[in-house]
Amino acid sequence: MSAYLFLLLIGAAVIAAYLGGSRALAVATTAETGRIKAHSRPIYHGLNAAIWTAAPAFIFLLFWLAFQSSVLNQLVVASYPGSDAMDSAAQSLLIGEIRQVAAGNLFRQPSPEVAAAADHLRSLQTYSTYLMTAISLCIVAVGAFLGMKVISPRYRARHSVETAVTVFMMFSSLMAIIITLGIVGSLVFEALHFFAKVPVTEFLFGLRWEPQIAMRADQVAGQGAFGVLPVIFGTFVISAIAMLVAVPTGILSAIYLTEYAHPRFRTVVKPLLEILAGVPTVVYGFFAVLTVAPAIRAIGAAVGIPSSPNSALATGLVMGVMIIPFISSLSDDAFAAVPRAMRDGSLALGATKGETIRKVLLPAALPGIIGGVLLALSRAVGETMIVVMAAGLIAKITLNPFDAVTTVTVQIVTLLIGDSEFDNPKTLAAFALGLVLFLITLGLNLIALRTVRKYREKY
Amino acid sequence: MSTTAVAGTRFNWHSDEMKARRKARYAAERRLRAYGLIAIVFALGFLAFLVGSLTFTGYKAFTQTVATVSIDLSKAELDTSDLMKADWRGAVRDTLRTQIGDLPRRQEKAYFDLFTSSAPFLVRDAVIKDPARLKGSSSFVIPLSDQADQFVKGEISRDTPESQRRISDEQIGMLDQLVSKGVISSPFNWALFLNADSRFPELAGLAGAISGSFWSLLVCFAISFPIGIAAAIYLEEFAPKNRFTDLIEININNLAAVPSVVFGLLGLAVFLNGFGLPRSSPLVGGLVLSLMTLPTLIIVTRVSLKAVPSSIREAALGVGASKHEMIFHHVLSLAMPTVMTGAIISLARALGETAPLLLIGMNAFITSPPDGIFAASTALPSQIYMWADSPERGFVSRTSAAILVLLGFLILMNAIAIFLRQRFERRW
Repeated sequence: MSAYLFLLLIGAAVIAAYLGGSRALAVATTAETGRIKAHSRPIYHGLNAAIWTAAPAFIFLLFWLAFQSSVLNQLVVASYPGSDAMDSAAQSLLIGEIRQVAAGNLFRQPSPEVAAAADHLRSLQTYSTYLMTAISLCIVAVGAFLGMKVISPRYRARHSVETAVTVFMMFSSLMAIIITLGIVGSLVFEALHFFAKVPVTEFLFGLRWEPQIAMRADQVAGQGAFGVLPVIFGTFVISAIAMLVAVPTGILSAIYLTEYAHPRFRTVVKPLLEILAGVPTVVYGFFAVLTVAPAIRAIGAAVGIPSSPNSALATGLVMGVMIIPFISSLSDDAFAAVPRAMRDGSLALGATKGETIRKVLLPAALPGIIGGVLLALSRAVGETMIVVMAAGLIAKITLNPFDAVTTVTVQIVTLLIGDSEFDNPKTLAAFALGLVLFLITLGLNLIALRTVRKYREKY
Repeated sequence: MSTTAVAGTRFNWHSDEMKARRKARYAAERRLRAYGLIAIVFALGFLAFLVGSLTFTGYKAFTQTVATVSIDLSKAELDTSDLMKADWRGAVRDTLRTQIGDLPRRQEKAYFDLFTSSAPFLVRDAVIKDPARLKGSSSFVIPLSDQADQFVKGEISRDTPESQRRISDEQIGMLDQLVSKGVISSPFNWALFLNADSRFPELAGLAGAISGSFWSLLVCFAISFPIGIAAAIYLEEFAPKNRFTDLIEININNLAAVPSVVFGLLGLAVFLNGFGLPRSSPLVGGLVLSLMTLPTLIIVTRVSLKAVPSSIREAALGVGASKHEMIFHHVLSLAMPTVMTGAIISLARALGETAPLLLIGMNAFITSPPDGIFAASTALPSQIYMWADSPERGFVSRTSAAILVLLGFLILMNAIAIFLRQRFERRW
């Protein structure tokens, strides 16, 4: 229904633009004996009429759709007998059930109260749709009338259109802030719910992470099952392995490409390297499971090291390869930013190219490279699909790369796939983990961006 | 005086000591160079290995072993008044029996297991689509079941001991008989593109995932493209330089580096839980993806706006255009090819994104393609994730094939972007 309404809005706007334009032309020519002396060209009058017609109704529709279901939920729950006595968790369960019944998904015979509530919800939904359609049609009609009425030769339609466009642009540039607020808000809000059930100290300093056990109500808190340290430790073990692969490979390949390679070689190889960054991570994950993990297991068995099927080594290795082009291109930039004179000076003193690179270029480019490495680290910490497919699920503190470890992102995904009832600590724990992940990566990014920027200003 | 002393101890560059030193220095130089080359070879080798192994496991999924049989439906005792409930199973089994010599009853089950268990439904759907087939014999294509398909493709070796493979010796004998009769063939597997998901590998296809990805990307583009361009224009051309716009800028840079799974959490908490939008729908998927692509798009657009020389702006303003006209008629249209390139590349990135889609439920098992942005669906990468988790052997090659399809789309999009860039690249 709402999709048709949006289409209707677009249609109405097009018609209004056409009618407004032709009316502006007519008004302008009749007023001044055949000569057009309007302030704005007809197209602006048309656009203005279209904006008047569609924009208010569009904004109204967005708000209505955004808040419709939560308002309806409130209404239905309020009319449900005995709902005052329920806590919010029981209420959200109830809403879920009523919604399922109202949508016609019957798994078992609903209780009469639920059936009645579902009927109530359905009638409310129909009512709400009618109301939404009626109000938005009214807004369209009023808007179109006003938009057509203002058309006159004196009317500064262009200014009004430009103001509308500017308002839209200002709103768009605020989107970045709105998204950030949305992220922080939703993470903090749900994490606070979590911390109401599990103490913060338990979460931050606990040494055991066993969220699945905490399904039972009597085991929620105090059991140390939500200690985040092993998960963070596992994240850094895998990231460290990835960085061990990516940092030397990335920097060395950047050195070769900027200093030694023939330009033609560079133009071929550089895009090829970038492909590594463009491959979807789910592909790397599948590759790690299908090919790399068994290979590492076989190698481990050959040299007598028992290896788990989900070894941290396989995961880290594949993740490291994913990050290579990232580090490579950032170090590339850093080398390119070192002034020519420094390089030439070193060469003129008789240093070899290699000595120039090691003693002059690397130290000079170091801040930029470190910034790049930090950005890459943040990417490794936040990387999800490779670890979800290839890393383990059991959180433990170990430094053995042949062992399986779990990461923050793995836990977020496994906690949230399947059910999303926002009442048990298991689901909410994912948001607490998300908050931790966001803060870690935010910190790394801020330091990295600052390092890179500071360094760029130097030369 | 001292100068002569220095001149007296003139350096002998040709001494053995210096020769050894020089040799060591040159060797170090060559080593560094070799290390760089090794690093590149490692990275590219890995890429080649990745693509190679995926192609090697995936190419077999592009064909499917099928049996082409002709069924005379006029002879089968079918209840034509209610086609949905007629005894298709019996009709199909009768036909399949005729394809092979007399079988003892206890072997029949093994024989029927060679064909997909959905064969009656395939025949039923084909007849409902074309009722004329009821009036005589017509040929039907029936896919073989997963293990028979794997065997014909050579994935399961004849030499494996019988206890270690899922196809028995007597089934192999029957298959050989069918092959010698010319019933079995391996045509191109169109079902991979035309069918939606299924629990049976021989029937599973990508149609649902492809259309789900398409709808999500459409929503993503419809939201992020206008908003991204508007934001970039405002920040680049209109915004005053103050602390607030600085804040917005830092914010955009940071958003571009926020892990994707966090955007999934946002979508789950705000769009699904807060606004009550339909779970698993391309609408929510597209919304989340658009939030992710927005920062990149804004950054790209700003760069391309900056690249338009100020003489264009001054000329437009000089002949009396308003600031908006200058931007929309001249600057933006000159920057548009670069903006489009950036948009396509960020859409390509969104196409491969998986983690946020998992959190908003776009990994549901859905057996029909979605018919819009509100219907539950999957997307290509989440379909790959689901298939990768499936235990059936046939899904291993199908996962690789799906990855090849996804990579194909990515290469196509990037090729379009490169083409646009080269076609419209402008040197000022």
